Amino acid sequence: MYKILLCASLLLHCALLMAATARPLAADPLLEKRMLVLTEELRCLVCQNQTLADSHADLAIDLKNQVREKLALGMSDQEVIDYMVQRYGDFVLYRPRLFAATWLLWFGPLLLLVAGLATLGWKLSRPKKPEELSQQDRLRAAQMLYANRSVAEKKL
Amino acid sequence: MKRFILPLTIFLILTVFLGVGLHLNPHEIPSPFIGKSAPQFHLSQLGDTGKSVAPENLRGKVWLLNVWASWCGSCREEHPVLMEFSRRQIVPLVGLDYKDTRMDALGQLGQEGDPYVVSAFDADGRVGIDYGVYGVPETFVIDKAGVIRYKHVGPVTSEVIEQKLLPLIRELNRV
Repeated sequence: MYKILLCASLLLHCALLMAATARPLAADPLLEKRMLVLTEELRCLVCQNQTLADSHADLAIDLKNQVREKLALGMSDQEVIDYMVQRYGDFVLYRPRLFAATWLLWFGPLLLLVAGLATLGWKLSRPKKPEELSQQDRLRAAQMLYANRSVAEKKL
Repeated sequence: MKRFILPLTIFLILTVFLGVGLHLNPHEIPSPFIGKSAPQFHLSQLGDTGKSVAPENLRGKVWLLNVWASWCGSCREEHPVLMEFSRRQIVPLVGLDYKDTRMDALGQLGQEGDPYVVSAFDADGRVGIDYGVYGVPETFVIDKAGVIRYKHVGPVTSEVIEQKLLPLIRELNRV
């Protein structure tokens, strides 16, 4: 019982400690919301499969603060995104920009879908021609089925 | 037999793509800074808060900017390589101590040697962000006009110095 209580109190302390290290919030809730929407679109450079908003890497926290600051200075969303791209390249964008090098990325899946549908359509539209069996094959099949040549010949 | 040719071809193409993908390093992100002016900064020196470090003071020289920190393990890995490099006195090697404390950084340099002609102290990492630093250590080659010509992410090895940095420095020094 004592141990359980101890565990519970430790867990509670953990929660409290985590609460104490929560990220700093911008004073303006509207700005904080804009920051969150923006950082959902930006990739964390350290944990590359996470958005900046999700990541708790040191750099991500710094960059979030940077975004907060820039927004507070009155920068537009696009200006903040440009600021990030200037420093970290197109890689920071979760939604790659559309230019010649990214066409395949954007439209490749659609292309594959169209190709698949076209192949399917082509296969389906071709009339199936039943394979012709030679007289000899028919006889062999009948023999297997009826095991008796005379019956087989009669059936045929 | 013929019906297997198409799936086999597709499979082989996929294998080639995946094989190439295995050998790419996802941590090497092409830097948008190559060919652009090195961002300006004015930071205090690591060892002397009264003195400052600024890239413009190095105009007319080819120089290296090495971003490091005392908390960074791979920086220790490259430290002997940098020491050897600075001993050869080819170009000035400037340190940027990134998100560190002066005490830790100076302690480490005092213990293991200081390869830098001068170190700038970037306590909150803002200059690091301006340089697009995302994984310490990073090393920039900056030319006489203050343009970033090359960026190496990760510890500098003697191969990197011999094969990448030195040829580039030689070329830039000739201009």
